[in-house]
Amino acid sequence: MVLHFPSTVVEQPSTYHLVKDYNLMINILKANINPRKEGFIVVEISGEKQDFSAGVAFLQSRGIKVHPLEQEIVWVEERCTHCGACSVICPTGALVLERPDMKVRFIGEKCIVCEHCIKACPVRAMEARY
Amino acid sequence: MLILVKKTLEAINEKIRAGEAVVLTAEEIISMVSERGIEETAATVDVVTTGTFGPMCSSGVFLNMGHPKPRIKMNNVHLNGVEAYAGLAAVDVYLGATSLPNADPANKVFPGEFNYGGGHVIEDLVAGKEILLEATAYGTDCYPRQSLEKKFRLEELPQAILFNPRNAYQNYSVAVNLSDRTIYTYMGILKPRLGNANYSTSGQLSPLLNDPYYRTIGMGSKIFLGGGVGYVAWHGTQHSPWATRSPNGVPNTGAGTLAVTGDLKQMSPQWLRGISFLGYGASLMVGIGIPIPILDEEILKFVAVSDEEIFAPVIDFSEAYPQGTGEVIGEVSYADLRKGEITIKDKVVPTAPLSSYHGARVIAGILKDWISRGEFLLSKPVFTLPCDKEGINYNGML
Repeated sequence: MVLHFPSTVVEQPSTYHLVKDYNLMINILKANINPRKEGFIVVEISGEKQDFSAGVAFLQSRGIKVHPLEQEIVWVEERCTHCGACSVICPTGALVLERPDMKVRFIGEKCIVCEHCIKACPVRAMEARY
Repeated sequence: MLILVKKTLEAINEKIRAGEAVVLTAEEIISMVSERGIEETAATVDVVTTGTFGPMCSSGVFLNMGHPKPRIKMNNVHLNGVEAYAGLAAVDVYLGATSLPNADPANKVFPGEFNYGGGHVIEDLVAGKEILLEATAYGTDCYPRQSLEKKFRLEELPQAILFNPRNAYQNYSVAVNLSDRTIYTYMGILKPRLGNANYSTSGQLSPLLNDPYYRTIGMGSKIFLGGGVGYVAWHGTQHSPWATRSPNGVPNTGAGTLAVTGDLKQMSPQWLRGISFLGYGASLMVGIGIPIPILDEEILKFVAVSDEEIFAPVIDFSEAYPQGTGEVIGEVSYADLRKGEITIKDKVVPTAPLSSYHGARVIAGILKDWISRGEFLLSKPVFTLPCDKEGINYNGML
């Protein structure tokens, strides 16, 4: 999940509550958090289904936007030439060159939004949408 | 080898006109030959189509912009901010694929992004988009106008001729990085300490790798170019037929090249794509397909070459290549490269192409379709590409 923090809320501990009040296990993959500025955290959240929904509702009630991770990096398929240059840049295997078709495929669930693919793609078929 | 089959190009074209030609792609021919043998296949098949779709930096367009009133002798020209070359007649310009806008920071903040350059203008132009022309001139009696700014589209230009001095390299190096820092090259991003191995070819589908001694390809050969019809104009720059070859005659390093040309107005932005290489520059991806007439068994034997039989040299792009030492780390086959992993210096290294194999397949398929339907006749080259069979080594070519 990607959590977007407005500047007014960024200084309040939020992930602490996910663990303590909603019994969720969190794994922070990437964070860009600065005082008094908009920020985001890329985090894996696991736990019981109702705890998860309640936890997300809590975050949203604080004005924090919660998005599933794969929506943040978008593969613009119509622009892709299937050259395969991205396949060796992606650290998690979210971009793969599939054999025997030799076509590129984007597996959203594996993406950690590292953004390396954005500049590695020669035709700019990868976009970061926030 | 014993030659029993002998066909003429004229006879093959007759069959194409009648819609009866037997056409296969350079991939399909491999399995046919292994099932039916050389002789039977050579007697049956008339044309084999090849394809490639990869970055080809030595590309560009000659444009005639037409004269405004009053007339102008363009001295300094920019198209969508990208510099074009005006050192020709008054309103003739050449726009190269790697040209950049004056304001582009290039690698001042490293690695530069090179988001928009000549290749991107060419893609926009062939897509029918509006392009901004800015030109200045020193003015003459006959061409008094000193500046011009106007928007135009491809269809308004009197002429737009794609002319690429070097395309379709016959084989190319595999690039790796032995240093400790990531390097940014025209072979893509190369991760340190053999982090990845990048290659750029369509291998067994590649035009010149299927006709290694250029028996059928030369000046005037009619080809698929950028989505439309084009022609081989000449051999390309850096054409080196004397490159070392495997026992099967296929070069095992960069060898021949083609200069190609065609009318931009009948081409497509699907097969002429502006590209950006981080830390390197802007360029153009070009789609090319060349039909090979199966005139005899020897030609068939060459087009039936498979990725297992085509080899490429592995070269370090951090030191050996930039310094021109000519050092080769090893040799790998395209079959191994295409599998996704090769072993160099006892390390398993992931591989990535820069050339779209899928795109090459599609192009070979399109050309096969054009020929099968009688819409594309093969042309006999005025002369085939220069070829030297003596095997003279020319080091440092790549």
